[in-house]
Amino acid sequence: MRRILVSSVALAMMASSASADMKIGVLLGFTGPIESLTPDIAAGAELAMTEASESGKFLGGQKVAPVRGDSTCVDAAAATATAERLITSDGVAAIMGADCSGVTIAVTNNVAVPNGVVMISPSATSPALSTIEDKGYFFRTAPSDARQGEVLAQVAKARGIESIAITYTNNDYGKGLAESFSDAFEAVGGRVELSASHEDGKADYSAEVGALSASGAGHLAVFGYIDKGGKGIIQASIDTGAFDKFLLADGMIGDSLVKAIGEPLNGAVATAPGSDSPNATKFIDVAKAAGIKGDAPFVGQAYDAAALIILAAQAAGSMDRAAIQSKIMTVANAPGEAIGPGEVGKALELLAAGKAVNFQGATDVELNEVGEASGSYKEYEVRDGKFTGVNVH
Amino acid sequence: MIVDVANALVLLCNFVVVPAIAYGSQLALGALGITLVFGVLRFANFSHGDLMALGTMVTILATWQLRRWGVGAGPLPTALLALPFGALVAVVASLAVDRSVFRFYRVRRSGPVVLTVVSVGVMFVMNGVVRFVIGPDDRSFADGARYLMTAGEFKRMTGLDEGLAIRSSQVLTVFVAVASVATLFWFLQRTRMGKSMRAYADNEDLALLSGVDPDRVVLVTWTITAVLATVAGTLYGLDKSFQPFTYLQLLLPMFAAAIVGGIGQPLGAIAGGFLVAFSEVAITYAYKKFLRYLLPEHLHPDGLVQLLSTDYKFSVSFAILVAVLLWRPTGLFRGRVL
Repeated sequence: MRRILVSSVALAMMASSASADMKIGVLLGFTGPIESLTPDIAAGAELAMTEASESGKFLGGQKVAPVRGDSTCVDAAAATATAERLITSDGVAAIMGADCSGVTIAVTNNVAVPNGVVMISPSATSPALSTIEDKGYFFRTAPSDARQGEVLAQVAKARGIESIAITYTNNDYGKGLAESFSDAFEAVGGRVELSASHEDGKADYSAEVGALSASGAGHLAVFGYIDKGGKGIIQASIDTGAFDKFLLADGMIGDSLVKAIGEPLNGAVATAPGSDSPNATKFIDVAKAAGIKGDAPFVGQAYDAAALIILAAQAAGSMDRAAIQSKIMTVANAPGEAIGPGEVGKALELLAAGKAVNFQGATDVELNEVGEASGSYKEYEVRDGKFTGVNVH
Repeated sequence: MIVDVANALVLLCNFVVVPAIAYGSQLALGALGITLVFGVLRFANFSHGDLMALGTMVTILATWQLRRWGVGAGPLPTALLALPFGALVAVVASLAVDRSVFRFYRVRRSGPVVLTVVSVGVMFVMNGVVRFVIGPDDRSFADGARYLMTAGEFKRMTGLDEGLAIRSSQVLTVFVAVASVATLFWFLQRTRMGKSMRAYADNEDLALLSGVDPDRVVLVTWTITAVLATVAGTLYGLDKSFQPFTYLQLLLPMFAAAIVGGIGQPLGAIAGGFLVAFSEVAITYAYKKFLRYLLPEHLHPDGLVQLLSTDYKFSVSFAILVAVLLWRPTGLFRGRVL
């Protein structure tokens, strides 16, 4: 009698644990410097989870539930504590995040790898994350800035720019991008006359511009932030007549810049992650139907990151953390049937039937050997006061 | 050859002389307020930078409102019309602060160090209020004609390789600064109230015996200081940009200017303002291009010929401050010793 009781209790426990939802951590900076972007990014990730839950095909009809956590974007200690909580207390199977490069590095090193939890970042772009000791647990659907530097160098070369001065915002993002760009630009035969950092939050950048202009370069590359130092540098360059031709990176693209600078900005060239592919266009529609801005920064990447986790669990047939890790690359890359945005249900069905899938998602995901998207970049030119897409690299 | 020399001079004007004159005028106006408070009320007022931010903030809010009503000043920035509102609020605020905080310590005859530390507290509160009302971000409120002459126009006019750009905000800064300083000096030298203020500054007890009303002196001093702070802050914001934190950072060069000139000496504050501004700009400028115009080819420099990276701009103020305190603590115009 007693044995029957014990075994039935054990059975009941197993049953209840088997029917529990799979939880995925959504670790983003809901407070801090990118708090205006994160609600859309989180919604993108949660869209993929809703699709999986509603399809009824995930691991025989189970649901996927998001658990949000605040990474703060800048405070590594706070992000680490939040990630610990997600893993130990909420028991998430994997984490979609973190967002900014600095906290992502900290969480990968201190929490994700030691606990053996997969983390897929939609937006951390620092080149340092390519070489991090992640034991295969860190992935990203955002391309590394090392790649953006190369693309920018090709764009500069193609437009006949020979000598350039670089100014970058003094942090991981700016420094990494400046280094990768100047290496790539010199490799294609360009001359970098000066590469100098600038601090954000100053009132006046004419002194910085004076030094950049003294270098004798004909063009100025600005790798900064649109509402901060980057704008100040461009304004001071135009005010003093030091530069009128600019090369910009993804942090500088936005209507507020064109509005602030006006006509003199026409002709400026910029690159940012993005593409014109049918999947990207389709994702915007899929997102719109769910009330999400699909073309906002990193929303597609977040959708893809969450979808990869779900499909990997399905391919592994379990919510086990290590099992998920072993299947991420399999579902992300060929061979298999190509899966676009809005087709998570279809992919789950195929996987359940034992077929292979090649998840493309919103950003045409293709993970390289270190588990990061090579990504495509859109080239923009400012024409008549608007950033206009002119090319895709 | 002559063309080279002209190019070199134009280059220097564009990147050093013109910006430094505008910056110097803004610093001088700020330093005047600091030196007045020190001269009359006898303490170093650390809340001056944030008083500037407060006045400028109100000016910005008034500018936005005026624009919403469709009121403008033609080629001049709308902020000039809004300036009186900013000044008014700054005056009311500084009088209220004096009444509620500084007077308590003045009546007890607390030492200048106590008052200075109290002013640090006032600084934090004011900074918090400004950030609370308008936010910590960059606010742009400049409008009207941006340039008197662009670099391109100058090049076409003269045929030189180097351009000289003059922004309307720079010219406006100099004009408004000269007008404010002239009015202030006229007031201090010629009016009865100005004379009372100087008498009170020279010897408080003697002035009181001669029938100077101390409350009126304090009231007028704060009024002038707040107006000067608002004018300086608005000009700085128009010429550069408005962020609450940059006004906190302006405190250092302004104090350096006041001390270099001789604290308590209005003329010294002006001289100090220009000295600090020219040093900051000239020391952090890269002279590579300038020297290339002047030197024969085999002497052309390869490096930037920059004495100090622009990141260390504030250290120039520090260095001047330390040097003056070490070798001539009374400053250029023989002011008081802190």
